[in-house]
Formats: sequence, structure tokens, C-alpha cells
Amino acid sequence: MAKVLLIAEHDGTKLNAGTAKVLACAGDLGADAIDLLVSGADGAALDGVCAQAAALSGVSRVLKNARPENVAPLAAILAPQIADLAAGYGYVLGPSTTFGKDLLPRVAALLRAPAVSDIMKVLGPRSFERPIYAGNAILTVSVPDGAPVVGTVRVASYKAVGEQAPAPVEAVGSSADLPTHTRFVELRAGSKDRPDLQSANKVVSGGRGVGSSENFRLIFELADKLGAAAGASRAAVDAGFVPNDMQVGQTGKVVAPELYIAVGISGAIQHLAGIKDAGTIVAVNKDADAPIFEVADIGLVADLFEAVPALVKALP
Amino acid sequence: MKVLVGVKRVVDYNVRIRVKPDGSGVLTDGVKMSMNPFDEIAVEEAIRLRERGVATELVAVSIGPQAAQEQLRTALAMGMDRAIHVESTTALQPLEAAQVFCALAQQEQADIVLLGKQAIDDDSAQTGQMTAALWGRPQATFASAIQINGGTARVTREVDAGLEVIDVDLPAVFTSDLRLNEPRYVKLPEMMKAKKKPLDVKPAAELLGAGVPRLELGAVRPPPARGAGIKVKTVEELVTELQGRGLI
Repeated sequence: MAKVLLIAEHDGTKLNAGTAKVLACAGDLGADAIDLLVSGADGAALDGVCAQAAALSGVSRVLKNARPENVAPLAAILAPQIADLAAGYGYVLGPSTTFGKDLLPRVAALLRAPAVSDIMKVLGPRSFERPIYAGNAILTVSVPDGAPVVGTVRVASYKAVGEQAPAPVEAVGSSADLPTHTRFVELRAGSKDRPDLQSANKVVSGGRGVGSSENFRLIFELADKLGAAAGASRAAVDAGFVPNDMQVGQTGKVVAPELYIAVGISGAIQHLAGIKDAGTIVAVNKDADAPIFEVADIGLVADLFEAVPALVKALP
Repeated sequence: MKVLVGVKRVVDYNVRIRVKPDGSGVLTDGVKMSMNPFDEIAVEEAIRLRERGVATELVAVSIGPQAAQEQLRTALAMGMDRAIHVESTTALQPLEAAQVFCALAQQEQADIVLLGKQAIDDDSAQTGQMTAALWGRPQATFASAIQINGGTARVTREVDAGLEVIDVDLPAVFTSDLRLNEPRYVKLPEMMKAKKKPLDVKPAAELLGAGVPRLELGAVRPPPARGAGIKVKTVEELVTELQGRGLI
């Protein structure tokens, strides 16, 4: 019966890797069709992204929505079009990236529907699991009959779908009135020196034990050797060692890398909440009783000033 | 220029969360409650907007039980001028909270509604966006810098790809990210003074519009426990272990 409208995220040339993971979630819904909506300003320029989208397993159709106002992925501009194009769909889903988190709640409100954030598991056609309290508890929520299911999918919970023979690409359009009150100025790309904390496969974080801003170069050296992102505990941020955009934890960034190395971090509750979903947690701390060892898969009780340089040297 | 700031009472970020054995929620009895950390950043930003000569009236709003007035007093002590307690014994969901903020924004003729980007209890991260949608106004979520230029604002947003800069016409809704500022500490004399600042109470029913569908909340369970780890004695052992697991 129900069809899924999946909102693709892209940068104009490349489809965001999260889209293939949202598709995996959509595949669990048992829906009749999954249409992938690709929006942009210029139809011809979107063909590359549409081709990538069409080749993802499970996609029924790619809907190309070209409108000059869509020069940047602004929620205030996209939401009225999506709410309009969502007619006839039982589901409107997107990735729980900053793009999806910004956009889908606005779409939901325009549809007068509740929204489900961070779907991590599909329990039934209208029933889902999602993390609350930074993943310290898992809540089951159900969307009542009569309302469309609008939500974001926690991409870290799903594996990307494979490829298929290309699905058809069709042009669609919405004549919704679009506001002029929100205008894109520029995008300043993040530092490319190291991977982004939230999407990195490996993360090395330093805590208060690192001792100073200068000593943090040890953390950066280890991160660079591993090709990892660099993070910090709140204690290290509060002490002024590093800027707060590096903060990992419940009030900072919640990360889910394959490998997380905590250096000189005691393991305050709010930090542990931010690393719960990491594949393997390694802790290096000279205090054998530090709470970080209770969650670490591999613990090394050692002085970080000796262990970290030795580790940098020993790594292949 | 009037700024409305949302303040939510949540379990303090330093408390270890425990799921109730019957799965009906998390334990909150006798647990320390605080202002949602992202709301604290929103309050701080409002105060700084006044210190920069932009904002003139700062109103803190909390939706919740009587006890939410504690967090409103903290916001007043930080420097907000007055507070509105929207009394509700049931926990409102984001779409309902958005109805309340939208109604208040209109009643108060607010120029800016400043909310935290998410509350650290339900982690929904929806209320700001929904408020903006219902109000038909711009949203600038995950803000790390806000600059007001007359009737417009230039906002820097923390997005996955880096920093996005947008211009929005006021009135508008902003949601605060971690990097926006570092909230000030409240001193005791300010807590005393805050007791004299006005705090109005309004029943939520007066501000909620037409009924909207609510998510049905089911069981709460703890996340799967992590298995017991191992200890290694040397850096060499650690490297071997990481290699064995295919991590390096």
C-alpha cells in the first residue's frame, strides 16, 4: 500500500553516502515502492547525482526536482516542495545528518505530523526504535494511523545497500510558493587536514591527562598516523587545551567509529555517552581505576607521555 | 528587539541514566535536574545580544511541571528579564512544544526565538524547526555565530560539510550549537535578585492549537551492554591486539 519518499542528500555532484544507508532502513518497511527525491537548481547538472541514485538497490524511481530556488539545500526552501510532493506517500525519510535533521522536522510540521528522529531499527510498519539520552536508553515509538511517517534514519545503524540495474529517472515539480526570507551566503568547507569527527572510521581523543594545549600535538600525531579524527573530552575543552568543536560526549559530538582511542580520559558519564556506539574502544590511562576501563575493549595502564610516542613509532 | 528563549528542565548531563526495570522510562526520582545545556547556550546568547546593544527584552520560556520554574529562575539569574512558565503536567512532544512557542512568539511579537539545538533527554532536535514551520518564518539551526544587521541576521551554521553561512529576515528561529558561546556562571547575589523578577504562569492548553497527532511512546530499554574488555601490558601488545582485530 504505502510508498516511501526518500530525500536524497548531495553536494551537487555526489550523492551523500548516507543515502544508501537510509535505503537499507526503508527496505525494512515492506513498502510497495521507494522513490528517491533529488532536488537542485539545474536539471542537467543533477543528472550525475540522479544516475548514482538510480543505481542504488531498492530504488523504484528517482524523482528529479529542479527549481532555480534550490541552489543550496535550505530547509525553508525545500520543505514546502517536499510537503507538496509527499502527497500520496505514507513515508518521508531522510538521513540523520545535519541536512536531514534540519529539513525533516520542518517537513513534518508542514504536514502536521510528528517526526521520528534517529530511527535505528524498524519494528513494524509504523513502529521504530530510537536512541534517547545520548544512546543510554532505547525508546520504542509508533506513529499513529492517519499521520504520514516522517523521520530521520540514524545512518550509523545501517549498512549501505548494494547496486542494481538503474531505476527510471523522472522529472517532478512542485508549484509551492517559496519564501525569500532565507538566503544562502556561502559554505566554508571544514578543515581537510583530518577526517570529520562524526563520520571518521577512527577517532583519537585526549583528556585532561594530556595536560596542556602544547601536549595535544601527541594526540594529533597519533591521529595522523592512523588517519583518524582528533577529539577531546569536555574536561580538556574546559581546561582550554583545544576548541570545543573537538568535544566528544553527550553535549559535544556523539561518535560511532570502528576504533576509538581515549588517551588520558578518565571516562566521565557524559563522555561515555558519546562513545557508546564505537566498535572497539581503546583506553590509555595511568590510573588503573579510571572508569574508562569499564567500557574499554582494550585497556593499557600506562603514562601517556611514554605510551603515545611509542605507539606512534610502533604503528605500521 | 525582543528575544524569546526556550529553557527545558532535563536530567543533569553528569547523571548516569538508568532505565526503570519495568521499561516505562528512565529513573528521575531524586535525580539532579538542570537546564538543558544547549538552552543554557541559548540564554547566554540572548544576554550577549543585549550586551551588544541589539536585544532589548529577554523572555525565558519553559514548558513543563511546576518544578521547571527552578530552571527559569536560573535563566533569570543569568540575565533574562522575565519568565513565562507554560504549565503542563504531561510531557509535550516537539510538534506541541512548537505550537506553544509559535503562539507565544506571536503574542509577544518576538523578533527572535532562540532554542537549544536539541534537549539531552529525548534528543529529538525538532522543536526549533517545527516552530519556524508553523510560524512561517526562517530557521537557522545549529548556529555557531549570530550577527544581527537591522532586520536581518547572518548566521553561521555547523553542518557536516563545514560551516554554512545564511542570511535570514527577522523574525526568525535560531537553535544553538555547542560552539555558539560559553555560558556564564551564576553568582549567588544574582540568584537572590532573580527571585524578584516577574514569572508568569500560563496553562499549556491556552497556547496549544488544534490537536496534532502524537507519537505513541512504547517501552524503554537499556542499550546492549558492552562485553568485558581485556588489559594489555605494553604498547607492543596493544599493536598486536589491534592488528589481530583488523583495526590497523
